[in-house]
Amino acid sequence: MGKLIIIAVSSCLVSNVVLSQFLGICSFVGVSTDVKTSAGMGGAVVFVITLASAVASLIYNYVLTPLGITYLKTIVFIVVIAALVQIVEMFMHKCMVGLYNALGVYLPLITTNCAVLGVALTNAQNNYNFVESVVNGFATALGYCIAIILLAGIREHMEGNDVPHSFKGMPIVLVTAALMSIAFFGFSGMM
Amino acid sequence: MKKNKYLERIYNGVWKENPLFVLVLGTCPTLAVTTSATNGIGMGLAATAVLILSNILISALRNIIPDKVRLPAEIVVVASLVTVCDMLMEAFVPNLYASLGIFIPLIVVNCIILGRAEAFALKNDPLTSAFDGLGMGLGFTVALVLIGSFRELLGAGTIFGYQVMPEGFTPVSIFILAPGAFLVYAMLTALQNKLKMPCATNGDAKDPDHVMCDGNCTMCRLGSQANKASFN
Repeated sequence: MGKLIIIAVSSCLVSNVVLSQFLGICSFVGVSTDVKTSAGMGGAVVFVITLASAVASLIYNYVLTPLGITYLKTIVFIVVIAALVQIVEMFMHKCMVGLYNALGVYLPLITTNCAVLGVALTNAQNNYNFVESVVNGFATALGYCIAIILLAGIREHMEGNDVPHSFKGMPIVLVTAALMSIAFFGFSGMM
Repeated sequence: MKKNKYLERIYNGVWKENPLFVLVLGTCPTLAVTTSATNGIGMGLAATAVLILSNILISALRNIIPDKVRLPAEIVVVASLVTVCDMLMEAFVPNLYASLGIFIPLIVVNCIILGRAEAFALKNDPLTSAFDGLGMGLGFTVALVLIGSFRELLGAGTIFGYQVMPEGFTPVSIFILAPGAFLVYAMLTALQNKLKMPCATNGDAKDPDHVMCDGNCTMCRLGSQANKASFN
């Protein structure tokens, strides 16, 4: 139990997936224009990463490891994740219309989000078992969720600000991310 | 004339459409690995090798791959090449491999590789595609080494591990930590804005508030997903 809590806190806050591991920067910068969209994206990421780390962990521990072909993990994971997202999208479209309307548009965007593959590979690298992988996946995704919603909140407030001409657009968002990253650095004192 | 076509691809990759400075692709590995010039060169060359080979293979297979399974086929080709690259690096440059860590296997999802496959290799012959890959890869490497050297110089006072700054210099270690990556990249894009240099995330000079894609690779992916959906 103690190990699970350490995994959760460290991947959610201390080594935040976006602000200190630099995974999923594209969507972090791109989708964070308002809080509502960011929350939708964050929710979809939590859903997909948790599911993907569960499936990837099962395949890694019960198929690849016994067969001694763990070196194929990159190929297997990327294909499994891409297929999984497609299946989830189709399933939600058919059976969970409400959830699909809330998260559906973000699902295709996540397929190639490097955070999903990144978490699956980290789980394999650290030899996490099934439960640890799921906890790590969920916590990492939650960290993404927190970071993107915070950034969106800050960006909404900055809209009326008089930003220097050269910094309009992308640069000021990156400066904001840098300051958030410094703030999240404070968490490293916790561990 | 023929030779010029190949040189033009290299010029295009390194300068005119530099994947990092102009197209703004592959930001995740850029921010993560540019803590030193050595890491930058390692990541850049690994990506270059994968890029050249994937461009050649995909271009050679372009008439065989059915359009319906184009993306999955490309991903499998790239993933296989990345696995080979990953194993070679682990065997021959273990130190570099350890410091680049997870970002070597993550070359699979680097937008530059799939982007060039989609935008160039699918429409051109293998040799031209190889030069396109070489140009783009070199452009990426040069960009990574420049950012890496800058961060290493300020953050540790060294370049490629050699002491450059005078003895009295106190390293500003934030530049080799996570926040420094964002900060340096922010300054770089701001500079490009100021000098009105071409950059996918910066608007054109006439309309400063217009941001072409907002650093949003997802828009391009949405496009390719829509493509995929229309084929299904």
